[in-house]
Amino acid sequence: MADSPLPGLLDRVATAAGRALRDRLGVDGERLDHLVAFAGRRLTGEFEVDPFGFDPELTEAVLLPLLRPLYKHWFRVEVRGIENIPESGAALVAANHSGTLPVDSLMTQLAVHDTHPQARHLRALGATLVFQLPVVADLARKSGTTLACTEDVEALLGGGELVGVWPEGFKGVGKPFSQRYKLQRFGRGGFVSAALRTKAPIIPCSIVGAEEIYPMIGNAESLARLLGLPYFPLTPTFPWLGALGLVPLPSKWIIEFGEPIRTDDYPPGAADDPMVVFELTDQVRDTIQATLTELLELRGPAFG
Amino acid sequence: MVVGVARYLGARLAERLAAEAGVDRVVGVDLVEPTLSIGGAEFVRADIRTSDIGRAIDRVAPDTVVHMNILATRADAGGRTPQKEINVIGTMQLLAACQRSRSVRKVVVKSSTTVYGSGPQSPALFAEDMVAGAHSRRGYEKDAGEVEAYVRGFSRRRPDVGVTILRFANVLGPQIRTGLSEYFVLPVVPVVLGRDPRFQLVHELDCVEALRVATVEHRPGIFNVAGDGFLALSQALRRAGRPGLPLPTLGSPLVGGVLKRSGVVDMDSALVRFLTFGRGVDTTRMRTQLKFDPVYSTVATFDAFADARTRGGVLDRDRVRAVEHAVRGVLTGEDARGR
Repeated sequence: MADSPLPGLLDRVATAAGRALRDRLGVDGERLDHLVAFAGRRLTGEFEVDPFGFDPELTEAVLLPLLRPLYKHWFRVEVRGIENIPESGAALVAANHSGTLPVDSLMTQLAVHDTHPQARHLRALGATLVFQLPVVADLARKSGTTLACTEDVEALLGGGELVGVWPEGFKGVGKPFSQRYKLQRFGRGGFVSAALRTKAPIIPCSIVGAEEIYPMIGNAESLARLLGLPYFPLTPTFPWLGALGLVPLPSKWIIEFGEPIRTDDYPPGAADDPMVVFELTDQVRDTIQATLTELLELRGPAFG
Repeated sequence: MVVGVARYLGARLAERLAAEAGVDRVVGVDLVEPTLSIGGAEFVRADIRTSDIGRAIDRVAPDTVVHMNILATRADAGGRTPQKEINVIGTMQLLAACQRSRSVRKVVVKSSTTVYGSGPQSPALFAEDMVAGAHSRRGYEKDAGEVEAYVRGFSRRRPDVGVTILRFANVLGPQIRTGLSEYFVLPVVPVVLGRDPRFQLVHELDCVEALRVATVEHRPGIFNVAGDGFLALSQALRRAGRPGLPLPTLGSPLVGGVLKRSGVVDMDSALVRFLTFGRGVDTTRMRTQLKFDPVYSTVATFDAFADARTRGGVLDRDRVRAVEHAVRGVLTGEDARGR
């Protein structure tokens, strides 16, 4: 570039113009510099993804900031017991699932990242459906979500990651509004086996507020079957108001992380013992249910 | 004896083995004469799909057979039917000959991580013992699975023969031509809308080296072989300076047909699924038991390939960097050239 005088001149002109422009507008040069460097890195592919497709840079710079207004101003999320999440090392966060669309898992991810002193990333586990959908699958992988299967959970926990699981699955997220805050069955307790095998503590997590965002008053089952979905929600606003019906109701949220349940003092082979697994599963489930009841009273009216 | 010597990796391996101190004689087998140098190795012409290969083995009496004649792209074979014949019938003939032979002590098979398939239900990392049922597979994925089933059958019948199966992630590098390399060389690369699969790569030199280790040393077992780290498709395209063209699907007859007929690239269903869902394999066993450490990471492999093959694309990285510097100069009012 320096060989020919013309680009050098252009550069100087551009530099001078830029300086004048910046002084006029009073923009923070350093932040702009970061932004340009970021765009450059993205455009040249100078970033890293981990084996699960997690892209920390994109998550922190783009995906989480997009969710933050919803988290802060719409749902006014209050986080309790963040000190129960270890500073480092593996742990499994098990939470209740609700809200028709899995907004609660996104909010929990943001809650952990924004309130934990180490700004840890919660690596969520998603259903197969998530990975069948274009765009959704892509965004899920980039934000650190992976498929809820034994291999992936154990690989993540074995790597010392903080993993989030919603054991109710579709039964929880797609339950009718009348069933709100009543925990559904916790599957086979596969998450407990994985925690036992990797000796990772289980942190029960109770989420209040997600139930009211899309109150599901009906389920168009035949339409759901036609579309290959587990349910097709009918809420007071969806699908009647079209896209507007997708705006969640502004309920007040509380996310509480409970005391860790240790799994490292069980004898080897406990992970394959159904008695131990079901007992632990019930313990986690009862803790969440009890905390939910307390938090509901604490919160008062849903939209207050 | 290296079977499948006419293609790039086979020729490189034959050449490399012929130069190895502990190896007396290297024989390369293929249907056509190799166009690349095979060094000090001898060439024997034999058709792997017929009993030719059995006679060749009787005559040469090798103690080690390396099976590299499994074709991943149907264009290499001249269509799907010959591809399947070469892969499946060829493997059966070769293994039958090895089973009869009294000289063979070791069989090394160059397989592929394609045996795991790829789909929405795939775990993030496949370990060697996580091969899904054959019913879910089609095309080359099915071949790869069947080839391995025959190899397992062979090792049951001849437990005295050491069998090593190396499952390679996609091989890329400055020289080799594969379905994937030709895909990345397209001026505009078709991708699946809303999908950004992640994948691993092996450098062509690492691939040859892993095969050499498996041939010379005694390391029976099944091993995934892949470079460190991952690349996302979008990231790879940006590194190659190629704009992506999002299409609703690559698998539809329309899209696939147009791409094939225009001679651009021939994508079979396995490649389409790979480019939709991606794949990852666990390489712990490669390090601990095969005792092989790839020199090139996935990113380094791709860069080596991109440097040699994809310079001067529309979104060339140097061009993007120059723009970045200029923009930075304008925005920050500093002379950007110093950095």
